[in-house]
This record gives sequence, C-alpha cells and structure tokens, in this order.
Amino acid sequence: MTAFLKLYAISRRFGGVTALSNVDMTLEAGEVHCLVGENGSGKSTLIKIISGVQTPEPGAQIIIAGRDVARLTPQESTRFGIQVIYQDLSLFPNLTVAENIAINSHFGRPHLVRWAELRKSAEEALGKIGVTLDLDAVVGNLTIANRQLVAICRALTADAKLLIMDEPTASLTRTEVNRLLDLVRALKAQGICIMFVSHRLDEVLEVADRVTVLRDGNKVGTYSAGEMNDKKLAVLMTGKQFTYDLREIDISCRPVVLSVEGLTRQGEYDNIDFELREGEILGLTGLLGSGRTELALTLFGITRPERGKIFLDAAPITLRSNQDAINAGIVYVSEDRLTLGLVLDQPISSNTIVTVLQHLAGRLNLVPSLIRRDTVDRWVKELSIKVSNIESAVRTLSGGNQQRVVLAKWLARKPRVLILDSPTVGVDIMAKDGIYEIVKSLAAEGVAILMISDEIPEVLYHSHRILVMREGRLSSEHRPHETDEHRLMAAVNA
Amino acid sequence: MHEMLKRLRSKNEFWLAIVLLGLVVFFSFTAPAFFTIGNLNDLLTQNAFTGILCAGLIVVLIAGGIDISFTATASVVQYAAVTLANMYGMNWIILLVIAGGLGAIMGTINAFFVVKFRIHSIIVSIATLNIFYGLLIFITSGNYITTVPDYFYDGINWLEFQLGRRSYGINLQMVLLFGSFILTAFILKATNIGRQIYAMGGNPDAARRLGFSIFRLNLFVYGYMGFIAGIASIAHAQLQLNVTPTVLVGRELTVLAAVVLGGASLMGGVGTVLGTILGVSFLCVLQNGLIILGLPARWEGAVTGLVILIAVAASALEGSRQMNMRRASRKGQEAGAAA
Repeated sequence: MTAFLKLYAISRRFGGVTALSNVDMTLEAGEVHCLVGENGSGKSTLIKIISGVQTPEPGAQIIIAGRDVARLTPQESTRFGIQVIYQDLSLFPNLTVAENIAINSHFGRPHLVRWAELRKSAEEALGKIGVTLDLDAVVGNLTIANRQLVAICRALTADAKLLIMDEPTASLTRTEVNRLLDLVRALKAQGICIMFVSHRLDEVLEVADRVTVLRDGNKVGTYSAGEMNDKKLAVLMTGKQFTYDLREIDISCRPVVLSVEGLTRQGEYDNIDFELREGEILGLTGLLGSGRTELALTLFGITRPERGKIFLDAAPITLRSNQDAINAGIVYVSEDRLTLGLVLDQPISSNTIVTVLQHLAGRLNLVPSLIRRDTVDRWVKELSIKVSNIESAVRTLSGGNQQRVVLAKWLARKPRVLILDSPTVGVDIMAKDGIYEIVKSLAAEGVAILMISDEIPEVLYHSHRILVMREGRLSSEHRPHETDEHRLMAAVNA
Repeated sequence: MHEMLKRLRSKNEFWLAIVLLGLVVFFSFTAPAFFTIGNLNDLLTQNAFTGILCAGLIVVLIAGGIDISFTATASVVQYAAVTLANMYGMNWIILLVIAGGLGAIMGTINAFFVVKFRIHSIIVSIATLNIFYGLLIFITSGNYITTVPDYFYDGINWLEFQLGRRSYGINLQMVLLFGSFILTAFILKATNIGRQIYAMGGNPDAARRLGFSIFRLNLFVYGYMGFIAGIASIAHAQLQLNVTPTVLVGRELTVLAAVVLGGASLMGGVGTVLGTILGVSFLCVLQNGLIILGLPARWEGAVTGLVILIAVAASALEGSRQMNMRRASRKGQEAGAAA
C-alpha cells in the first residue's frame, strides 16, 4: 500500500486552548480509516487541517501523494482530491439531484450552463456507486439517506482520492447504515481512501481497516480494526471503564402509574397495551418508522388516538393537548432537542425555567430575578450541568450538557411520567453515562420513565423491562437479564 | 401523462395561471371595455414600470436577500438621466446605458453593506432608500423637470396599426418590459452565475464552503436590481413626459407583493420568472379590472391588499400541505426501507 496522506507533528492552539497536540497520522490509498474520539477530542480540528480550512502550528509537516505541502489551502486540498462530506451534507435543497451532483460545472468558462453535459456527469457519478436516483428530483424532497448519496456523488465528480465523512450515520436507519457501509467498501475497492468519523463504535468497526483514537487533542494510537471491539475503543476514547450489570430488579409490586389499552392510530400504531409502574424504566425500541415516536406524541397529548384508552393512576384520562399532559404530570423530552427541545440562542437560565414560569411568577406576573437564579442554580447543581455562566446561550454548551438542560426544564415540573425519546442522540460516551445516572436516580425517586431508543445497548443496560415495536405493534417484551444484545437486535429486525 | 399532470398541479404557477385566467374571464364578462386591444395596450404600458422592477427583484429574492431601495434608485436615476439628456441630447441607447449603469452602481452599495458588514438586506435597503430619496429631495427641493428631450414625445412605435381612432404598436414600455424578463430568464436559467444565485439562496453556508464568491455574487444581484431600476425609470419618464421626484417611492411594496405572489420565497432559493410574470399580471389585471368596473378609487388599495393576503395565504397553505404529504411519503419510504 502507498500512503496518500502523511501528517507529522500536527498541533493547533486556539487562544490558550490546545485543540491538537503533536498528532502523527498516515492514510493509505484505498483504506477505510476511522477517526474516533469524544466531543472536543480534536477530530473536527484535524479534519479542518486536512481540508486546508485551518493551518497547523509551525513545525508540522503534511505530505500528500508524496509531495511536501508547505501551506495547504482549501483550493489546494480540493486539487489533491480531498473531499469532506460534512454532517449537514452542504447540499442545495432547492436544486435538483443532477445540479447538486454536478454543481462544480457551474464554475469557470464558458459562463453558460450546458445542461446536457451536467446531467451526463451526474448520471456517471451515480453509476459509479451503482445507484439510481431521479435526476430531476429536488434534493429537499429526498430522504436523508438519499441526500447523502447525492453528497457522495458530488465528491466523486470532483475526483475524490480521499473522502472524509463526518458522522455519516447519525441520522440513518439501520438498513440505510448497512447500505452506506457497503458503498464505503465499494469506494475502497476503487482505490479511494475513506476517513470515517463516527460516534457509533460498532459501525466503525464493521467497516474500518484501521482506527485512530484521539483524546483531549492527543493521539492515543492507531489500531488495526481487527484487534478492536467497541468496549476497548470506549476505554481508549475516555480513559474510563464502563460496566453495566444486568441484575433483575422486581418492581411488579409498585403501583401502575400509566397504562394504555388498545391504543390505535391509523398508520402510526396499532392496538398498543402496556403498563408503566412507579419507579420503572421501561425501554421501548424498534426501527425508525415503527411508531415509537408517534406513540410518545399521543401520550404527550400532541396527537389523539383513534381508539383505545389511556389511564393515569387507574383512572381514564383524555389528553386534548400537551398542556393537558403536562398538567397531568406527563412530560416528553424530544429526540430533536435542537429544534424542539431548546431555544438555542436563549440563555441556559430561561431555557431551564420556561416550563415553570407561572409557578415562579409573583406580583404583576413577573418572575423575581432572585427566585429565577435560585431555581436555575438548583437544577444546574442537581444535574451537574457544566456551565460557566447561566446567562450564556444554550448553543454554547456541548451536546451532553444541552440534553441536561432539556431534562432540567422538564424535571422542574416534577413529572410523574417522563418520556425520553432517544435521550443520548449526539451525546458522547462520557456524557451518555452521566445521563443514564440521572435517569436511574429519577427512577429511584419514583418517576415512571418510558425510554425510547434505537440503540440496543441503551435500552438493554438501562431499563427494567424492554418492549419491542414493529410496524406499529408491540411485538415482544424482554427482561434485560434474560436476553442479550444479539437476541434483542434479532427481535427488532425480525 | 398522469405523472405530468401531478407535477403540474404541484406547481404554484399552475394555480396562479388558473386564477389569472378566471379573473380575465370574469372581467371580460362584467366589464365590456376590459377584453379589448386598447385595454391590453394600456395594461402593458401603464404597468411596465412595476413589471420591469419585478424582473429585478425576483433575482434578489432567489439570492436570499431583499431590496426595497429600488424605487429611490429609480427616482435618482430618472432625475439624473433626464437632466443629462436635456443637457447633451443623447439617443435612447445611450440614455438607457447611462440609466442602467448609474442604477447598477447604486445597487452595489446595498451589496457592499449586506456582505461586508453582514447586515440584513432589509435594513440596508431601508437605509439606502431613505438616503437616496432624502438626498434627491434635498438637492432638487422636490421640483419637477417639465422639459424632456424631443424624442421622448415621439417614443418608439414599432409595428404600428390603426384601429378605430387610435393607433397601436409596440412602444418603449413594452420593449423594456419584455426585454427585462427575457434577460432575467436568460441569466437565471442559462448562465453559471444564475445557477450560483439559486444555490446561494438555497444554502448560503454550503455555497461558502464550496468556494462560491459570495461578495461577487451579491454585487451582481444588487447591481442587477439597480440596473433594472434605472431601466424602469426611463420607461416611466417617457410615459409621463416629465420627472416628478416624489412619485415613485412608495411603490416598492407592490412590486414585492407581486413577486411573492408569483411564488418567490422570502427565505431565498425559490422563484421563477414565469411565476413572477403571472404574479404581477394578476395584480395589474385585478387593479385594472376594478377600475373599469367602476369601483371607487378609494377602495382600490384595500381590495388589492385583501386579495394579496388571500392569495399568499392560500399558497402558503398549499405549500404546507405539500410539505406534509412529502413528509408522509418520505416516512413511508423509510419504513419501507427498514422493513
């Protein structure tokens, strides 16, 4: 194998903070190389240096295709065939598939668009990865998975030799992930080097030849993927050992808080029965589109069931709106915290107390600033949210801390039933662990928790009972100590 | 065939064309003077100023910006160009080149502040509108120019024919109106810069990452708007045969309404020349028809506003309905893929 890219002594400081320190790395032509590390470990900085967006500190050396590149600019990086597919894909939602793929033909001379050529080059790129898409479809109407294919094709038309994919699997279903991994293998066979950046360690290992681990800006090491497993990787990334035991905890004697009978909503979920007890963590898993989130939205009063009943403390209740649900003590933490759960540009304090404003309000319906600060401080302490200033925007927090703010916002309402939808999406391992701790202590205090997730280990290691949903129905029930990841996975994909 | 119909029905232009057709049919039956060559001639001539401006504004909206300073630009250009023409006696071509050029320069001032200082274009253009207009009124004291070059009185009259007592033909207003729309359509559809404008409006961050020259694109976009404003001002001056500095400012929102009615999105990236033509035609036919029907002039503003509101609300409703359908079908695809 020949090295496509060699990096020596790459460091980068921002002000007083060291983002990368003395990192060496080699990328071989035609290899799949995974870059893993927690948030803030320096992954993005390294990508930016390879793509020429940022320059490393003096003393670094970058060798691409055998040439020593003294100063790498974005243009030069592109000329060497380095293409980055960012997590947001950077596509143009208003343009067609053909135009997005061949967007580079809109540069240079002649200044007129040659539509026939443009379509042809788009078609060729799609052909290269063996995919057919409607060239005239508007990209904004495609599924995320198909958009990703468009982004990959665009990179291929730019003659990519190194394709860097930043968190490519974050919003894909399992089947789509498998298809993507197949595609990565096919590109590799064409001699393209692929650098894969991902949080999901099991996927990393499925496809990678080698794995480089970063921690706090330092390179921990580069390992052959064959000798790794996700537990070892997690230890290397965090420097901490995580063990979860699967003891049976009997909660059948506790009173039932929430139960549903025959709940049905056409096209979403069908004939759902379950009980949720005080202090219970009930895991709910299933594929995307299996009706998990739709069911949660009904329990939160956003949509109404067509048939069936919901009982709270054995008494039937009707939820006309989420306001009704909140008043009944049922709260829902959305999987999409960025758009639904938080007002990103507003301060941490306002985000935290928004659900309890009317309880805090005093004379003239104003919230005294002292009470406001006390309340926020209490929750920040309770959930160990790492903040320097409670008045800074939520946007400035890491994913894990943002999720804690969402939790704080709802916990301030002292809920009886807490519905968590994919509570650790986009949160790294350390912070995940913190969130599980919070969930467990809430359950210990008697809150009934319904935890929805498509990560099998998440529901397996952190619930008392697991329900699997398939095509709108509850297909099976499992007890953590009686099953394992493989069996649970099989039940989900059955 | 069915597929084509479905595609057609999902387009804003299709519905707008139907409503426009309905409006034309309605007025044709209720107002005998409406469906005549004479009225068509008047419609095109009287509304050329508004129409030409639409051809410029659609480009700004697609680019993801907004501009309301163009009426002030037009006022300044009109005053300056006609003054120069009175002094030096130039022909149409030179006059239009000067007017377009001066307008383009004024337009690029907007681009400079929008890009270099990252100020929202609506704020920038409110400011430039007031600066341009304020300076014009200060310098001219609001005085009319009542003399125009002799060739203004002749105008241009191509393919003239006699019908009854009046003679009809292609006049300067029509040439500039059609010319502007053809030019805009050509730029948007057939040139690299036009496609880059669409892309930038659709996702400015991605455009920046892919190395688009955002500043140059915006210079072009706002410069083109200024150029078009300059051209429109000459069409207006030739029709009025005088220059009144106060008469143009205030029409910018009608132009904006027409373009938005035509399906352009204020969020950028979306809009077509055909839609714009239909949008402005709809507004102009409505006003024209109401006048012929004898609706008191004091009602006209309120009725026009109401119709704009209904039309835009209907199109927004249709948009969100389609979005839901798309989401549902996407979900179906995903579930299907998962299963």
